[in-house]
Amino acid sequence: MKYVLRRLGFYLIAAWVSLTLNFFLPRAMPGDPATAIFARFQGRMRPEEIQALREAYGLSDGPLIEQYFTYMSHAMRGDFGISISQFPVPVTQVIGTGLVWTLLLGSVALLISFLLGNLLGVVAAWRRGGKLDSILPPVLTFVGSFPYFWLAMVALFFLAFRLGWFPLRHAYSDRLAPTFSWEFIKSVLHHLVLPAGTIVLVSIGGWMLGMRNNMIAILSEDYVNMAEAKGLSQNRVMFNYAARNALLPSITALGMSIGFILSGQILTEVVFSYPGLGYMFFKAVGNLDYPLLQGLFLMLTFAVLGANLIIDLLYVRLDPRVRAH
Amino acid sequence: MALNDQMIENEQAETSTPKQPTPVATPTAPAAKRPLGAFGRFMRNGKAVFGLSILLAFTLVGIFAPVIAPGNPSAFVARPNQPPSREHWFGTTGQGQDVFKQTVWGTRISLGVGFAVGFLVTLFGLVIGMTAGYFGGRVDDILSLITNIVLVIPGLPLLVTIAAFLPPGPITIMLVLSFTSWAWNARVFRSQTLSLREKDFVSASLVSGESSAYIIFREILPNMTSLVAAAYLSSTLYGIGAQAGLEFLGLGNVSLVSWGTLLYWAGNNAGLLTGAWWTFVPAGLCIALVAFALAMVNYAMDEITNPRLRAEKETARVLKESSLRNSRATPVIRQATPSAE
Amino acid sequence: MSVRNLSVNYLTPRGPVRAVENVSFSVAPGEVFGLAGESGSGKSTIAHAIMRLLHPPAVITGGEVYFNGEDLLDMDDDELRQFRWRDMSIVFQSAMNSLNPVMTVGDQIIDAITAHIKLSRKEARDRAAFLLDLVGIDPQRLNAYPHQLSGGMRQRVVIAIALALNPQMMIMDEPTTALDVVVQREILQQIEELREKMGFSILFITHDLSLMVEFSTRIGIMYAGEIVEMAPSAELFSNPLHPYTRGLMNSFPSLTGPKVKLTGIPGAPPDMVAPPSGCRFHPRCSQVQQMHTEVVPRLREISPGHFVACHLY
Repeated sequence: MKYVLRRLGFYLIAAWVSLTLNFFLPRAMPGDPATAIFARFQGRMRPEEIQALREAYGLSDGPLIEQYFTYMSHAMRGDFGISISQFPVPVTQVIGTGLVWTLLLGSVALLISFLLGNLLGVVAAWRRGGKLDSILPPVLTFVGSFPYFWLAMVALFFLAFRLGWFPLRHAYSDRLAPTFSWEFIKSVLHHLVLPAGTIVLVSIGGWMLGMRNNMIAILSEDYVNMAEAKGLSQNRVMFNYAARNALLPSITALGMSIGFILSGQILTEVVFSYPGLGYMFFKAVGNLDYPLLQGLFLMLTFAVLGANLIIDLLYVRLDPRVRAH
Repeated sequence: MALNDQMIENEQAETSTPKQPTPVATPTAPAAKRPLGAFGRFMRNGKAVFGLSILLAFTLVGIFAPVIAPGNPSAFVARPNQPPSREHWFGTTGQGQDVFKQTVWGTRISLGVGFAVGFLVTLFGLVIGMTAGYFGGRVDDILSLITNIVLVIPGLPLLVTIAAFLPPGPITIMLVLSFTSWAWNARVFRSQTLSLREKDFVSASLVSGESSAYIIFREILPNMTSLVAAAYLSSTLYGIGAQAGLEFLGLGNVSLVSWGTLLYWAGNNAGLLTGAWWTFVPAGLCIALVAFALAMVNYAMDEITNPRLRAEKETARVLKESSLRNSRATPVIRQATPSAE
Repeated sequence: MSVRNLSVNYLTPRGPVRAVENVSFSVAPGEVFGLAGESGSGKSTIAHAIMRLLHPPAVITGGEVYFNGEDLLDMDDDELRQFRWRDMSIVFQSAMNSLNPVMTVGDQIIDAITAHIKLSRKEARDRAAFLLDLVGIDPQRLNAYPHQLSGGMRQRVVIAIALALNPQMMIMDEPTTALDVVVQREILQQIEELREKMGFSILFITHDLSLMVEFSTRIGIMYAGEIVEMAPSAELFSNPLHPYTRGLMNSFPSLTGPKVKLTGIPGAPPDMVAPPSGCRFHPRCSQVQQMHTEVVPRLREISPGHFVACHLY
């Protein structure tokens, strides 16, 4: 329990750091930040609206500390200003639509690559020197060397453009409206294949190698020997004794790589024009839509922190040694 | 099993110091005798040779770009989106530039920034990690907290957000990457420093009154060389990839030529959707090759310095020779016992 | 159990390490056979080899291990799996490392039972509780995880698991080395009580000779992969014949009696890839002669029940 609280505290501190970073970034730009940002708004908003926006940014005239607190109070209320490129929609609303798609793509890709990769790693380690062990690791390492987005481009080009097996962009067919119909769901799944597939392909090697190395280390532990000596079935030894323990460092690695995975996903979304937070992020950069950019940064960061917390909870569930403390 | 490891480790300890008598008490002087022997093994390792040759090849291409592909790579030379031909080996881009020339010249920035980032990230990680690990206490608490926070905040969003506020270009990218990506290395170096600090030879130095600086630089650091080298390789790999990612998103200086900006233009000009695969395939392949080469060298180094991995290779070889792989029970291969003399 | 001419090699880049060479001995029902020797003498290897628990690069290169008339080295995987734990069990050196850290202690006892006997969950649990009680642990601790128990308790748990199927023989590989002296005593006493009650035989492996002399019926001394002397423990203690055994006895200071100079054995254990020719002990022996360096001494019975492999006899 204490462990969980400690982690929670840490994530709260990290969240606060991100918020503070967000505050100072516009001020790091050469020149007056307010001018740069609000120059885009000229003529499109009434003066009171602009003033309200300035406050949301904490860009009022006053000492820095005061600006900071104004900013923080707005942030706490979920007010991150108004998007420039999608004026007059507030940033939080814009983000809302993207979040769903990013979560969908992210969880599907992550689940498949993590589970499949780890399973392959377990089997490869169990049958050392076998076909699985000698062929897959080098192949997957090579595939994993390709930048995410490049592999996405290749997939898009050959499988979608040339062969036409998969759609070229977006999360669902442009001709459909989002409903819970079977047709819609089919379209969503069809559009998921390439983006998720690219991510899985690039990242599965890492999970497999990691798990395989963990397993190899665990397989020389005495308790695995003892399990064999007890006359337990091969499956039981492999899964309940070896893999179960080798999973722990894998989960820790999962936690540490969430940020990296998200970064890859952003790039993949861009290539496939998949309307998640990543794609929005990219467009915001292109449009110099600073409020949206910063809002997305926070959202993405919070998503990662949240995911980390979930993984920590999972770890506590799996490792009894941590629960005691 | 402990027994196997022990026997193998013992036996290898013997092979690496063949001319010395078995020392009675072992004052740990680990790094001193190994490097030459290890270097030799390194050169004979297939993966290392493969990786290093590729890296060397690309470096040479970068240095000799004006010779290999003379002329301004950004110049308009022919009709856009021409497939590979004799005049333009890799075809032309969506803006009529020679893809081959661009790829060759792009090596300079891509590799240059990549190696620089690798160096800086390793350096920062080393400074912070060793300070935290060696001094412990409050210093460690604070530095570790900072490290963990930087580690948990997702990389690309942070990079993009910061870079969006700064003037675009390779220098920005280099600085931004270096200042945000040292955390992983810091963690690794910190834990290594912590464990080395507990070793006897450090205590001996402390007792004999050596200064902290001496201990850090002359005692601990030399024992971390393989770790530092591995970190440099990984960081460079990361630097090249992250740089390409940022440039692809448009944050590099798009009028300069690098692999990442090449891909940016390919994406932007819808080279994909006009069937011009040659506009993006070469650059990506280059990145992949360099990344793969770095990974190979890293893996080779790991194989050489890690006795367990060497033992694994032996085990794998033995297993291949015998056909008993599926059973986990001890194999029984009866041999004619040498008759008692 | 009867071991005949067992040989085990480890394959290494430098060549095969002949860890166990032509070892023969037997353990009668109900007796305690102690196997003593330095680290690296091959005693642990033998223990693991008997149950076929060694992993590559270890290979058994010759011999037979007879148990109840069957040669264990000829068994296939299924027979081996059934045989293990039911007829023979093993207690490893480090109890902490022998227990799966993510499973409760109770589950680890239960899965040993259910792998061999069809019992309901409740019946298996009851038996597990019974076993814990037998070794002196509160049955409530069935739900505890290994890290929640003390070192001595963990060792008892491992013994309880070893007893789960009432095996005819238990191999104990340095069961008390990792424990402090007081706990060592307790555990050994416990083991002795259990043995008298349940009647299993023990192959007891240790490097601590004094411990072994008290505890064993017969003792075998190993050096460099071979058995060099074998005798009932009292006989071995009062009348050690092999120079190595003599050296071992002399390196233990006695608590009582006159002050005697402590002598060790000069030299170091041999390189097992290329062990010394003839008698493997000859480089360290004070009574070595030319013939000893050429001819391998065989294990011969010098007096009833007392075997030595030495040219001096």
